[in-house]
Amino acid sequence: MPAVQETIDRVRSIDLDQYKYGFETTIEMEKSEKGISEDVVRFISAKKNEPAWLLEWRLDAYRRWLTMQEPEWARVSYDKVNYNDIYYYAAPKRPAAMSLDEIDPEILKTYEKLGIPLREVEVLEGIAPERRVAVDAVFDSVSVATTFKKELSKAGVIFMPISEAVQEYPELVQKYLGSVVPATDNFFATLNSAVFSDGSFVYIPPGVRCPMELSTYFRINERDTGQFERTLIIADKGSYVSYLEGCTAPKRDDNQLHAAVVELVALDDAEIKYSTVQNWYPGDNDGKGGIYNFVTKRGDCRGARSKISWTQVETGSAITWKYPSCILRGDDSRGEFYSIAVSNGMQQVDSGTKMIHLGKNTTSRIISKGISAGRSQNTYRGLVSAHRKASNARNFTNCDSLLIGDQCGAHTVPYIESKNASAVFEHEATTSKISEDQKFYCQQRGLSEEEATALIVNGFVRDVLQQLPMEFAVEAQKLISISLEGSVG
Amino acid sequence: MADVTNLRSPAEAGLSKLFETARRSFASDTTIAREEAFRFFEATGLPSRRVEAFKYTDLRAAITDVAPPAEAPSLDAARAAVARAVGFDGIEAARLTFVNGHLVRELSDLAAIPDGVRVTPLNEALTNGDVVLAQLAPVPQARENPVYQLNTAFLADGAVISVAAGAKPARPIHLRFVGSGDAPFSTATRVLVQLGEGAEFSLLESHEGPDQLTCQPNDALDVVVGPQAVFRHTRLNKEGDATIALSTLSLKVDTEAQVETVNLVTGAVLSRHQIYVHVAGDDTNVVVNGAAMLRNGQLADSTLLADHAAVGGVGREQFKWIIDGDATGVFQGKIIVRQVAQKTDGKMKSDCLLLTDEGQMMNKPELEIFADDVACGHGATCGAPDPDLLFYLMARGLPRAIAESLLVQAFVGEAVESVTHEGARAALIGEIEAWLRARG
Repeated sequence: MPAVQETIDRVRSIDLDQYKYGFETTIEMEKSEKGISEDVVRFISAKKNEPAWLLEWRLDAYRRWLTMQEPEWARVSYDKVNYNDIYYYAAPKRPAAMSLDEIDPEILKTYEKLGIPLREVEVLEGIAPERRVAVDAVFDSVSVATTFKKELSKAGVIFMPISEAVQEYPELVQKYLGSVVPATDNFFATLNSAVFSDGSFVYIPPGVRCPMELSTYFRINERDTGQFERTLIIADKGSYVSYLEGCTAPKRDDNQLHAAVVELVALDDAEIKYSTVQNWYPGDNDGKGGIYNFVTKRGDCRGARSKISWTQVETGSAITWKYPSCILRGDDSRGEFYSIAVSNGMQQVDSGTKMIHLGKNTTSRIISKGISAGRSQNTYRGLVSAHRKASNARNFTNCDSLLIGDQCGAHTVPYIESKNASAVFEHEATTSKISEDQKFYCQQRGLSEEEATALIVNGFVRDVLQQLPMEFAVEAQKLISISLEGSVG
Repeated sequence: MADVTNLRSPAEAGLSKLFETARRSFASDTTIAREEAFRFFEATGLPSRRVEAFKYTDLRAAITDVAPPAEAPSLDAARAAVARAVGFDGIEAARLTFVNGHLVRELSDLAAIPDGVRVTPLNEALTNGDVVLAQLAPVPQARENPVYQLNTAFLADGAVISVAAGAKPARPIHLRFVGSGDAPFSTATRVLVQLGEGAEFSLLESHEGPDQLTCQPNDALDVVVGPQAVFRHTRLNKEGDATIALSTLSLKVDTEAQVETVNLVTGAVLSRHQIYVHVAGDDTNVVVNGAAMLRNGQLADSTLLADHAAVGGVGREQFKWIIDGDATGVFQGKIIVRQVAQKTDGKMKSDCLLLTDEGQMMNKPELEIFADDVACGHGATCGAPDPDLLFYLMARGLPRAIAESLLVQAFVGEAVESVTHEGARAALIGEIEAWLRARG
């Protein structure tokens, strides 16, 4: 089925030319020397005053990276990055701020323009929002502010830049860093391990339900820099945390690299909910400029009955290479992946997930909606695997895509590997099959088949959006409240 | 950054040596681009799991020793081998018998070919410069496949079947491939089938051989289906338990043509059946079905590429897998819908029943869509037989084994019931039942 007019209009309304966050902040920056070398790795480590083990870890990763090749299996083509022509560290020159008043006002203005509240007081005195969000704001290579730290620490929650956590909780960082995404994992993750500059560290103690949403806002500002943040979230036994991530960058004619690593660890009965609204600058309509978003995100359901849920709304980046995954190691653990990827202009998206069932009675669910417009290419790539001991593993996958216009492409590349007879895997890529009963119900009440389908699918997408905390849901809804009728697998 | 280059495996080196020797016997025929094909193969080597299309079927690891091309068998040996072959034997058909990859004229019905059909042994067609040979290798993507190119390089025998425009022969042609002997060997056959406008033709194809016979057949079937023509193809792979069977089916489908191809695999320790469908004309209808029933140690791979390059094509692909013991099933299906191929309606499904905990199933159904007004979908499922259904049957007094057999039969049956030729359909169902009886 072709896309209906309403859908076309809505996608047009999120056209690339309307990228709102493309401004640049002029501010004095301190940078490492251009290019990558052991000296640069040492420089970054020294800047962060890191212990010897971490420097050694970085150097091992760097040496390993030198022997690796950039992956080419993804369905994206781009001019390769010259890794010696970018800065791996760029930080505002003003000394680290102790309070918001000490932060460079230009940076504060930047986050204000982006709509990110860094001033706790404003949030509290505002029209009392139901939820409060603690924000870690990462500006190029450093975290410039983290809000609500005190209130969180009352609950025992640790939420701080990872560079600070290395100083304050070295044993926790050493125990978990690289335990989900090893330094040798893949080309971009290994590069990140060598040069990561900042990112967030979260630890939720046993039995604690984190009192507010946690969030990190990433902003690339400086020209010719890459952003290599590292996020590590540990939910100890019986705890719960919801974490949000947002990102933007200035409009530029050249491409910038973002190679992040996110590691999640959920112990017994813990739950982590990780939501992303990715809105990096996607380049202009001719494909000039934009962010290369090469990200490794993985969650480890290490404990029994643990749960990790990824929700992503992807609208930005020139190139996206991103597969948030779950290792379902603990018995009865659950993994979820909800994704809506909208591509327009010359964007290329190759994204999906991996659900690796290792423990008994593990369940996973994958819902992926891809919408491609303009001359973009949108690929879902996913793996579901059940290993020998994963008895009673259960997976349901549904990936639908929609094309708007005849210049774009939508592709699906699922891998479904079952090594256990009691594992039940279902994969489907047609809308009509999901809900024949519901459709019949709607049609009985006078809706046409198309209206019925649209209603059901939209209802479902809204369910996914409702999983996003309110602040993000509004932004995401604007971007993707697009009817999905006319889906092709 | 370091480049990783695979060292040439002994099998690859062996193949190069064999090609050097065989080159002399290829004489001067230039219709077949053997040199180019072998150069392609040398550049790629035997594909390993590092090659995406062979991720689950590592030929480099499986083929450790290269077997020499088979000699033409003596007539007595051929007769003895054919006497043991039972595939499609009850069906009235004109038979072309290949023993160890060589066409045995004495055991073929070359004199009793149905009206409207012309059969020429490949070697004869090459010598005479038959114009139909221009239709060889009709699908471009197949020419980028190392298995197919290896077949081209070593091509030893085969046939050219031309069905005249409008001809609708009542009897099918049966390509009967039989293996025999005690020493390892390899074969490379190519059969080209060309259907003229409005022709209607059925082809049966069976591959059989004794157990413990180490052989490496690499067979290719090129089919060019003319406008409004109907091509029906039923294939049975019942090779022996030490056979590594590689095969490629390339189909070029013209305007308003209809194709039905069904493949049942019960044999070979490792089999890979590659199907390339190139939809070149508008409003075609293509059905590609497959079923595999595998026991201990077997691996069967069905790899399908359906390339829709014309408007309004309907494609239905359905694959069924029964995995017993520690067998492995591999399904890789890809539907490409090009920008011009609006109104394409493609559906692909692969379902698997794992009967034991040791078996494994690898599914990779892909879609690559560039047209916006299409309805394409794929589905894949994998699991054990439904315990509720088993319970239902057992509650009615059936022993577990019979209840399971009934469920399996019904499950696999879906893939073969689309076979239009009644005799061929019955033969496949007979094979399914025999497999279940042997399982006990």
